[in-house]
Amino acid sequence: MKKLLALALALAMALTVSACQNSPKSGAGSAEGADDALTVGFIYIGNANDGGYTQAHHNGAVAMEEYFEGKVKTLVMEEISDTDKQAIRSAADSLIDQGATVVVGTSFGFGDTLYEMAQSGDYDGVKFLHFSGNLMADNMGNYFGATEEPRYLTGIIAGLQTKTNKLGYVGAYPYTEVQIGINAFTLGAQSVNPDVEVNVVYINSWYDPAKESQAAEALLDQGCDVIAQHCDTTGPQLAAEKAGALAIGYNLDNPTAAPGAWLTAPIWRHEAFLIPTIEKIMAGSWTPESYYGTMKDGYMDIAKLSSLVSPEAQAAVEQVKEKMLAGEFHVFTGPIQDNKGNTVVQEGETLYRDGIWKTDYLVQGASSADI
Amino acid sequence: MESFLIAAVAASTPLIFATLGELVTEKSGSLNLGVEGMMLMGAVVGFMAGFNTGSPAAALLGAMAAGAGGALLFAFLTVSLRANQVVTGLTLTIFGKGFASFLGQPMLGLVEPKSVAAFFSKKGIPFLEDIPFFGPIFFKQDVMVYAGYALTALLAVYMFKTKLGLNMRATGENTAAADASGVNVTAHKYAHVIFGGALCGLGGAYLALVEVPVWQSDVVVGRGWIAVALVIFASWRPVKAFAVSLVFGGLSILGLRMQSLGLHISQYLVDMLPYLATIAIVVVSAYRNRKGDLPPGDLSVPYFREER
Repeated sequence: MKKLLALALALAMALTVSACQNSPKSGAGSAEGADDALTVGFIYIGNANDGGYTQAHHNGAVAMEEYFEGKVKTLVMEEISDTDKQAIRSAADSLIDQGATVVVGTSFGFGDTLYEMAQSGDYDGVKFLHFSGNLMADNMGNYFGATEEPRYLTGIIAGLQTKTNKLGYVGAYPYTEVQIGINAFTLGAQSVNPDVEVNVVYINSWYDPAKESQAAEALLDQGCDVIAQHCDTTGPQLAAEKAGALAIGYNLDNPTAAPGAWLTAPIWRHEAFLIPTIEKIMAGSWTPESYYGTMKDGYMDIAKLSSLVSPEAQAAVEQVKEKMLAGEFHVFTGPIQDNKGNTVVQEGETLYRDGIWKTDYLVQGASSADI
Repeated sequence: MESFLIAAVAASTPLIFATLGELVTEKSGSLNLGVEGMMLMGAVVGFMAGFNTGSPAAALLGAMAAGAGGALLFAFLTVSLRANQVVTGLTLTIFGKGFASFLGQPMLGLVEPKSVAAFFSKKGIPFLEDIPFFGPIFFKQDVMVYAGYALTALLAVYMFKTKLGLNMRATGENTAAADASGVNVTAHKYAHVIFGGALCGLGGAYLALVEVPVWQSDVVVGRGWIAVALVIFASWRPVKAFAVSLVFGGLSILGLRMQSLGLHISQYLVDMLPYLATIAIVVVSAYRNRKGDLPPGDLSVPYFREER
């Protein structure tokens, strides 16, 4: 009897946990009742109000839903592990069962599973959109953004505001997406301050709040006085604030965590992709594409500059931003050398999307402990 | 170098609390693999209490209560109902994760109040902080670090120099014999499992209140499991547990500091070091097989008085 009770209690404990997670809920919830509404299902890796990556996606979803005024209904599945195929699959199935005819996966790791579903032939009525991947099928497209543009702008601010000429950068992993950001940031900083150097620390994780803070502390101890980040929490900003330094965030315009350090952040406006894409899907004119949104497209942006940004830096950013908005400014224009002295972009050459995404180096002036 | 060691002591503090907590639990005969879960429960309740009251005392009490609560559940299931300890511990880990995500959801991204942050800021101990080299590393830290020192010393004395400690060790070593000699083994098991849980809760709270003073889901990310390994590593001795926690805390942030230390080794290699060290020590201790270094004899064995 006691054993049975123990088993029952253990089961109850386990069930409470699973009940806490994965419950689908509707997004902004304004589209009640409209039966002919198009249902768009989102699969998130994190929590919709995580203050960073996933919240940026969710804001885009909400803005999109509001734009269509009841003609589109959104559903979300939160905290779906990107390494758990079964979980991704059942999240997508659950969204489709609830009527979703468009499924949006917002993490790189969702790509393979969504691609398999798109290819299987069982989901021909469903369109799949995948963020940050490169897989395409007859009913699957992908999208990403030119993060190098706002990164470059934040680099300009950091280069002008630093007093020690040492900038810190907390990165997730030493891989292309992160390296592009570091390089653009470094080039931006060097464009206004040739003496500046960027010290990079990788935490080798997409999620470890304590390590993100510890990495920022390590950079601050080295004498860095502006901390930029390519990781998800506000930990680095708080560490900078505590040390009297400045910080540049990522993903979201969110100065509330560390108002004493916050300068600005490169941010996403996912609605700039979602709205026209959903419009095309509704009109039946959608074809799979690999979208790469820029500042000019309104997809990438730099957050509102805080009052800590000097007027000089504001003017310098404004100048380059105007050129970017006109499509006349390209971040990776030669000559560019990597930090081992090899020329990676020749004089007169410019890297565009394909060339940029071959990055496997850091530019001169940026250094990490890796060899 | 000095700034690295200062940071290493702080990074090891959550491990010190969790390792000592699990050590006490195991010494009394229970293998509670729910450390990760109890740390998360302590983290979320501690942050919640600190955030809503602005009182550091409330935050610490809340964290201890939450960790102890999780441990009480474990004790009830394994001591009174004699459920399998491994399964129950694993369930507690999963439960703690869900509990923390559920309670923490509305607090995501919120920063703890200044009054709490001020209490946990680094403060030097007069005179001791002036000791060359060691002073700034060990005696210019926050209150939780000092509490970790005191706890280590108190536990070492309690376990090996007091009668209660002897009874506790006897319970873990041979429950039937302890029972026969008049020790209330059930009370001893309950008390030490719950106390251990409270310490794990404090370890989690350190991450949420001091290390990352803003609420994020799953702040613990595997540190609870490291604590379980460290207990074996420390061969169930508090002072050794303190030392190995320091080493692991240091190794865990070494990768972030290599650049300033002028080390040119692959960071991946350095990130592997804590785990390689675990394997090495487990192998060495298995080989040496010293009597005093063995796990408690009745560890994870449910006790049935009738079946003596």
